[in-house]
Amino acid sequence: MKIVIQQLEQINGVEIYPIISLIIFFTFFVLVGYLVLTTPKSVIEEMSNLPLDEDNDLQDNNGIQN
Amino acid sequence: MELQKFTYDNKLTKLFMLVTVLWGVVAMLVGLTVAFELIFPNMSGGISWLTFGRLRPLHTNAAIFAFVGNGFFAAIYYSMPRLLKTPMYSKAMGNIHFWGWQLIIVLAAVTYPLGLTQSKEYAELIWPIDILVVLVWVVFGLNMIITLVKRRVKHIYVAIWFYIATWVTIAVLYIVNNIQVPTSFLHSYPIYSGIQDALVQWWYGHNAVAFFLTTPILGMMYYFIPKAANRPVYSYKLSIIHFWALIFLYIWAGPHHLLYSALPDWAQALGVVFSIMLIAPSWGGMINGLLTLRGAWDKVREDPVLKMFVVGVTAYGMSTFEGPMLSLKSVNALSHFTDWTIAHVHIGTLGWNAMMNFGMIYWMAPRLFKTKLWSVKLANTHFWIATLGMLFFSIPLYFAGFTQALMWKEFTAQGYLAYPNFLETITQILPMYYLRAFGGTLYFIGALLFVVNVWKTITSGKFARYEEDAAPAKHAPKAGEGWHRKLEGRPLQFTVAALIVIIIGGAVEIIPMYLVKSNVPTISAVQPYTPLELEGRDIYVREGCYLCHSQMIRPFRSEVVRYGDYSKAGESVYDFPFQYGSKRTGPDLAREGVKTLPNYKPDSWHYNHMVNPQQLNAESIMPPHPWLAEWDLDVSNTPSKINVMTYLGVPYPEGYADQAVADLNKQAHGIAEGLRKGGIDVEDNKEIIAIIAYLQRLGTDLYKDK
Repeated sequence: MKIVIQQLEQINGVEIYPIISLIIFFTFFVLVGYLVLTTPKSVIEEMSNLPLDEDNDLQDNNGIQN
Repeated sequence: MELQKFTYDNKLTKLFMLVTVLWGVVAMLVGLTVAFELIFPNMSGGISWLTFGRLRPLHTNAAIFAFVGNGFFAAIYYSMPRLLKTPMYSKAMGNIHFWGWQLIIVLAAVTYPLGLTQSKEYAELIWPIDILVVLVWVVFGLNMIITLVKRRVKHIYVAIWFYIATWVTIAVLYIVNNIQVPTSFLHSYPIYSGIQDALVQWWYGHNAVAFFLTTPILGMMYYFIPKAANRPVYSYKLSIIHFWALIFLYIWAGPHHLLYSALPDWAQALGVVFSIMLIAPSWGGMINGLLTLRGAWDKVREDPVLKMFVVGVTAYGMSTFEGPMLSLKSVNALSHFTDWTIAHVHIGTLGWNAMMNFGMIYWMAPRLFKTKLWSVKLANTHFWIATLGMLFFSIPLYFAGFTQALMWKEFTAQGYLAYPNFLETITQILPMYYLRAFGGTLYFIGALLFVVNVWKTITSGKFARYEEDAAPAKHAPKAGEGWHRKLEGRPLQFTVAALIVIIIGGAVEIIPMYLVKSNVPTISAVQPYTPLELEGRDIYVREGCYLCHSQMIRPFRSEVVRYGDYSKAGESVYDFPFQYGSKRTGPDLAREGVKTLPNYKPDSWHYNHMVNPQQLNAESIMPPHPWLAEWDLDVSNTPSKINVMTYLGVPYPEGYADQAVADLNKQAHGIAEGLRKGGIDVEDNKEIIAIIAYLQRLGTDLYKDK
């Protein structure tokens, strides 16, 4: 911990932190993007229908009389 | 595969839904009260617990934690069991969560008007209540995570990721921002001071907006819009990217609340860049919500539930575009400290949060009570009144914001401030405050229609506490499945992943602020507060002065000419907690005590102004604080305060706590004697003496030799 503190005694070079974070974010974002785009369609469909596969709803029209 | 039967218990959903309605009305009523107090400053009648400074935290906290909070708890207790095909893990934990949360709200409603506050916006609760918040939050989170572990479905739907991110992040933010050392059962000092305290507070403050007012409501959006429109979300892939990008970016944006302040430039720049990047996931989410209604727009015309959702999501889009714009330094130079910010946050709360809550409850109430919505027509009327109310609230405040900022900055051809008297800029925008109060009233009337409709709906039906359902037994994640499916198949790992993502942002931003010495350059002229000034400062905090008066002179010519030299980070190193403020309904006070500056006022002026501001400035909108001249200063806790200050690193001489009260009395006698000579009948031991001592100290350290 002492090494870290000593290295941070001055402001010079502080820009390395935002740069590191940008790299982390960029890598992460590309990774998530790639994995999402390569997910099979059937899985996506199954997941997006999760809220809807119930048949115990009283009515589908939110109380509006037809 | 064999189906397992189980039952959902709707009791907690019902309770959370009902208190959402109740606290929503309370939050709006208190909001309306403070809006009127800004027009009629004498409305509080000199009663301490009715003044703006005491009620404003009650309004913001009630809106955020009571109205929006209970709303998304209702959403979670309704949607989670249905999405996971299992009841919530523990009824007892659910009950502790419900009653604990309501107890916290009631305690807040009692303590804020009494002036018991830490003065950190949306984290004002005093330390014993903070501990209660953390305990209840942990119970709520455990109940959620164990339910996830016990689920019967394979996949965890995206709404639930948003719920988990909410829980994890709020826990981290709340604890870090509330680390404090008690001086008594009702009072404490934070361990951070000045600019570091400000950075931690706005890291919290901004992410309270992100993770209390945004992520759980996005969870609601991803569940209830598909339900109400009876079609799946527009793009599930987009929702995955939306989620990860949003939680990764949001955590960095806090410093945009401190632009042009004494915060180091690199931290300000970081806040701006991440705020701009936030437009992408926010708009991705908005588009995803709105396009879910593709092919169902004909329903939107008649269905109040969908109408509410459409305006809610649109308001989300508006305010998440406006937010990044406001974080551009050139825009912020104008908007900050003005009513522009108030307009912006109300598009978020009245538009996004409240409309989503209204829509959800109009959808949920008939289903819980096995009936139809009592009056679709009344709900549609509510929709229109609420939409108009929101616009009448916000648009005038936008005008008030530009107008006042431009007046503050205007110079005459001769190079003088065109409006050197701050009050002129208030008088100019007062008509806009009237319109805002009108808009607020409209919105409140709409909310009353909502109450009637919900009440009639639930009394016309019969509460169905239990609902039967059946699903195949639990799925375990298998080898060979996709990366994200594996991750979301393991709730604990998923929670940890979300935690790591948010900690990276927080750590990079905050840790260098603590470790880099040169971030807060020390100024040798800056000395600790005297005991009397310290007590005065605590009264300043108690009365919520920071809600209308900033103590942060930005490095602009217009501010330096008006208020004196711009504020330096080293000046607030003994400010536990910081008092920079975020709004100037009154002038900045950072250099109030400097005799050579134009704003300087003698002790007698402060005395008279505090007791009856309108006597000195007929058009002033400051509420009178007569009790300050009547109440005795309580010095029983002063030694303890000095001890805690010393513990936190304030360089008082050793053993100073024993001597503090004697010094305090001496300084108070000097000020009171001066006032008595000027014909003001006041005793040494009144609170007003302490607050005058504090105000006359403000900003003077740098001017000692001048």
